[in-house]
Amino acid sequence: MGGFLTSTPIEGGFQNPPMAAQAVFRAVMTAMARPGTVQAVASLAQPPAPLTPTAAAVALMLCDHDTPLWLDPRLDTSTDVRGWLGFHCGAPLTTIPADAHFALVSSPGELIALENFAQGSQEYPDRSTTLILQVDTLTKGRALHLEGPGIETSATLAPFPLPRHFAAQWQQNRARFPRGVDLILTAPGAIACLPRTTRIFETEA
Amino acid sequence: MSDIATYNFAYLDEQTKRMIRRAILKGIAIPGYQVPFASREMPMPYGWGTGGVQVTASIIGPDDVLKVIDQGADDTTNAVSIRAFFRKVADVETTTDTTKATIIQTRHRIPEQPLVDGQTLVYQVPIPEPLRFLEPRETETRKMHALEEYGLMHVKLYEDIARNGHIATTYAYPVKVEGRYVMDPSPTPKFDNPKMHMSAALQLFGAGREQRIYAIPPYTKVVSLDFEDHPFEVQTFDRPCALCGAEQVYLDEVILDDRGGRMFVCSDTDFCEKRREAGHVGELGMAMEDVR
Repeated sequence: MGGFLTSTPIEGGFQNPPMAAQAVFRAVMTAMARPGTVQAVASLAQPPAPLTPTAAAVALMLCDHDTPLWLDPRLDTSTDVRGWLGFHCGAPLTTIPADAHFALVSSPGELIALENFAQGSQEYPDRSTTLILQVDTLTKGRALHLEGPGIETSATLAPFPLPRHFAAQWQQNRARFPRGVDLILTAPGAIACLPRTTRIFETEA
Repeated sequence: MSDIATYNFAYLDEQTKRMIRRAILKGIAIPGYQVPFASREMPMPYGWGTGGVQVTASIIGPDDVLKVIDQGADDTTNAVSIRAFFRKVADVETTTDTTKATIIQTRHRIPEQPLVDGQTLVYQVPIPEPLRFLEPRETETRKMHALEEYGLMHVKLYEDIARNGHIATTYAYPVKVEGRYVMDPSPTPKFDNPKMHMSAALQLFGAGREQRIYAIPPYTKVVSLDFEDHPFEVQTFDRPCALCGAEQVYLDEVILDDRGGRMFVCSDTDFCEKRREAGHVGELGMAMEDVR
């Protein structure tokens, strides 16, 4: 309980919640509607490490008492992060990925398989997990070529790090359509999204 | 403080906006799928665009420029009221100019001016379920969407042909989005259906009473249902707009007297005004210099 006695959990939320949440939402909405584009976001939240400001801002904008939240082991073991999210989002934490509406992932390279998360049902494909991944870069990793709704011809995104065997995992995710998970990729100051409709082609090294 | 009560930015409370924003993101990720959401009471009756208003309130920011149209017109009661509402609760700039708007909330038309990247079109939807008049049970229509079982819709269009010789559906004409979900484009005339296909703008649909939100991302395939031997066709008009002379646009009929006098004018008032400013004059119109 040590973390709750310090001031860490209560500082670092949105200064002006309606405006901050709107700005972050428009970045995420545009990124989700235009896969492959990178949307800039200001640093609006100051969470305790290893949670990053961009991922924290997305969590503050989307998560509340209605949305069970799953944390990857590195975030889950941080008392400060749990306390901060508890205070600012009020989202119940779950250890069962299939119960999560959102998942916060600080180490995408060590993430469990995407198929463990809620995929939605054929009748309610919206009841799936949206994963918020903390990545170092959206443009300097290995290039992914994207096609699908929201992309006029083709687009490129180069995030790093990504979950293991990402191209194969994403192909399986794509095959489950309309079921499947969506990804929000958060880098320092920037956001990109991969909705379940996007088809990914990896280029030869 | 003289203000007794003040509202949150854009009227809705933050928890409601989060809930609607989550639904919008799911809608974009599953194009054409109707996402259930917990529609709120709004300070206007159901049927006046509460779904569209809730969507607009959840996406709008201080830098946005809002345009609202009702059947293509900027100056009808519904459009004027909703514009005034957002000026009051969000203090945003409003416009009637399609090219200046970042968000366009619409009731039953798509502007004639092609929309561009970065614009968002928000539709007010009365009945979001395209299969509802064919199958009243939500449990059944949900299963039909799940199984991609749309034969009933084709039977309906076939019966149109059998009775009338052609597909007689003229508005709310069903479309298939990205080859998967059959979707109701809201009661827009089928004239506007081709504009939805590969549009550069994001299209969001809000049905307040029926508690559904759905979306079409930009550059998404939207195909009107038809048959090989009865291909989809839009309405044609045998005369141009009486005020601005525009052809290939959607026209409204205006009754002029009680002796059968009538005129056909652009339903898109902004488009018509811009053409008249540019000097185009229809058969019943006057040059803009003479009007002033």
